[in-house]
Amino acid sequence: MTTLIDTPKPAPPPARPRTSAGIEKWRRRVPLLPALIFTIAVTQLPFVATLAISTFQWNILQPGERHFTGLSNYAFVFTDERLRAAVLNTIVLTASVVLISVLLGLGLALLLDRRFAGRGLARTLLIAPFLVMPVASALLWKHAIYNPDYGLLNGTLNAVYRFFGAANGPTVDWVSSFPMPAVVLSLVWQWTPFMMLILLAGLQAQPHDVLEAAGVDGATPLETFRFITLPHLRRYIELGILLGTIYVVQTFDAVFTITQGGPGSETTNLPYEIYLTMFRKYEYGEAAAAGVVVVIGSIIIATFALRTIASLFREEASR
Amino acid sequence: MPSTRHALIAGIAGIAVLVTGCAGAGGGSTSGDGGEGASINVLMVGNPQMEDIAKLTKDTFTKDTGITVNFTILPENELRDKVTQDIATQAGQYDVATIGAYEVPIWNENGWLHELGTYAGKDPGFDTADLLKPMVQSLSGSDGKLYALPFYGESSFLMYNKEIMAEKGVTVPERPTWDEVADIAAKVDGARPGMKGICLRGLPGWGELGAPLTSVVNTFGGTWFTKDWQAQVNSPAFKKATNFYVDLVKKHGEAGAPQAGFTECLNAMSQGKVAMWYDATSAAGSLEDPSVSKVAGKVGYAYAPVMETKSSGWLWAWAWAMPKTTKKADAASKFMLWASGKEYEKLVGEKLGWARVPAGKRASTYEIPEYKKASAAFGDITLKSIEEADPANPGVQPRPTVGIQFVAIPEFQDLGTKVTQEISAAIAGKTSVDEALNNGQKLAEEVAKKQQ
Repeated sequence: MTTLIDTPKPAPPPARPRTSAGIEKWRRRVPLLPALIFTIAVTQLPFVATLAISTFQWNILQPGERHFTGLSNYAFVFTDERLRAAVLNTIVLTASVVLISVLLGLGLALLLDRRFAGRGLARTLLIAPFLVMPVASALLWKHAIYNPDYGLLNGTLNAVYRFFGAANGPTVDWVSSFPMPAVVLSLVWQWTPFMMLILLAGLQAQPHDVLEAAGVDGATPLETFRFITLPHLRRYIELGILLGTIYVVQTFDAVFTITQGGPGSETTNLPYEIYLTMFRKYEYGEAAAAGVVVVIGSIIIATFALRTIASLFREEASR
Repeated sequence: MPSTRHALIAGIAGIAVLVTGCAGAGGGSTSGDGGEGASINVLMVGNPQMEDIAKLTKDTFTKDTGITVNFTILPENELRDKVTQDIATQAGQYDVATIGAYEVPIWNENGWLHELGTYAGKDPGFDTADLLKPMVQSLSGSDGKLYALPFYGESSFLMYNKEIMAEKGVTVPERPTWDEVADIAAKVDGARPGMKGICLRGLPGWGELGAPLTSVVNTFGGTWFTKDWQAQVNSPAFKKATNFYVDLVKKHGEAGAPQAGFTECLNAMSQGKVAMWYDATSAAGSLEDPSVSKVAGKVGYAYAPVMETKSSGWLWAWAWAMPKTTKKADAASKFMLWASGKEYEKLVGEKLGWARVPAGKRASTYEIPEYKKASAAFGDITLKSIEEADPANPGVQPRPTVGIQFVAIPEFQDLGTKVTQEISAAIAGKTSVDEALNNGQKLAEEVAKKQQ
């Protein structure tokens, strides 16, 4: 059989090449199978395990009391007051960080899209915050900027007061007085460069002839931006919003480091609440159930993100 | 067909990787025990005393016994996460771990810990009778046997800047009441530009804000639970104590109080940003170290302030415990007995300086002339505070569990963290003490239900 298939025929019947192609396909696939199985094992088994754990009443500090409890952990997740508050905080945190950083990113991208001396340097400096590790950035904001004793904000305030003759400025406890804005600001600082990069790529992909034509037709710069640039940027903005959302939803470092979820639970978002359930309460079942809910939420957002990316590619290809 | 053979080999290799991966996660090493060539894994909290022992072990303990010690050092919260999971899931990665007075009774009940009194009894040089009684009590199981060996112990006391007190003409009594402390805090507040009266922890966490607050609640006549597990979080005494604590911090406490824990207060005190500080006795060593502290030599010490009880200092010990999963019990016990022994204290004194001795666990430590000299300002009061601490009976009413600044039940980590989150919010002015404690009461009632 092997020799037969390999011999070329002038007009092969439709059924034969399909089998031969099938065998050929499998000859290529089989060596890859172990890698595939390995990938499935390391990426999917933990999730399956999480699904299983989420149906158990399991507190590791009380061995011997572990038992199957069905969907009661999910019922807990959806009815628990703290978790609901955490969902709300997560939404507020994510939405404000993403929207503000998209707006700032758009502004910076428009500025960087123009030619000026030192543009490369400015771009590198603007990207820098995105390259700082999240924990390092959170520590920096907590200690170097927000600290009421030696932080930059109060230091500046004091300097201004002293400049006008006062002995000392007020001591504002930024993190306790404005917990959510404090976390949002530090994340905006980190995510603006990301938005800026995506939008800058979008701006530079603009066809110049169209812009020139608009100029020739007598459009003002504002009109050009409103009617040509912005529609062109729409997909890039959507992409930035979706990718940003997927990442910012998972924010842990900033909340853990800057506010510890407080004061009270004002800045406790879902990842931090899950962390508390896992490592303070040691309720593995509840934590797993909450984790599964977050994953499902993220998958829904991610689906939109992937669609946007796909449509971007389609647009590029059709051009 | 060569490709099939390759695939087969690759497949086997892939499965082998998976299998060994799983084996690595589950099984501990089974190499020899006890003598020459053994190696043990030790997990400990990242405090200065632990960093010292990590430095000293190789040239002394390992040299003498041939036992290699691999140290893993983690910050307190991460240590708790890791050690609890390792021991609770029976992963068996560590032969020795530092745990505290809170964990010992709970973990012992779960059958996770090796009994250590027998090992200590067999070692003639160890001298169990020399260990301070409250330490032994808090590290014993309900059967009265020792399940962890103390490395160092602490109580709590009031530290104050003598210079500032002298300037303001204030004398701090040796045994102050909380009312007196509040008065003094008001007088010394603003003694220097930006200086506050007192530092009290406001950072959420059962081991942060929870520790000093609970010792205040005890002495105001409050408790988390009655002897028969009735939640008392919004009882009048608990409320009075919390209101007092929150008011004091709000009026005369450190800047950024809702984020200030032990470390932040240590900074504030040693940099002269506050005039007083109520916290762990083990802080004195750092305050008296001129290389990190601007107030070294200027600090006075008083007993933990009281209201209705005679004393109110807390009790904590970092102690060595051996999980039951270990396969190297002999080697691990040798290490623990050495680390908690008198010889090790001398070694630290001679090699690193006497102020750095891991103190607070042995009566004999306080009779060493060199240590007496190095700890002149705070040594006696530390020892007395520890001796006066009564973990079985820290308040005005009988308790359901042993423990001063915590309730020794598994749920307390979560309960204490969530209630202190609310109280921290009250310190930040985001909620009222009443509301915080009413919410806390609901959580405490749920916990109490499980215990009844």
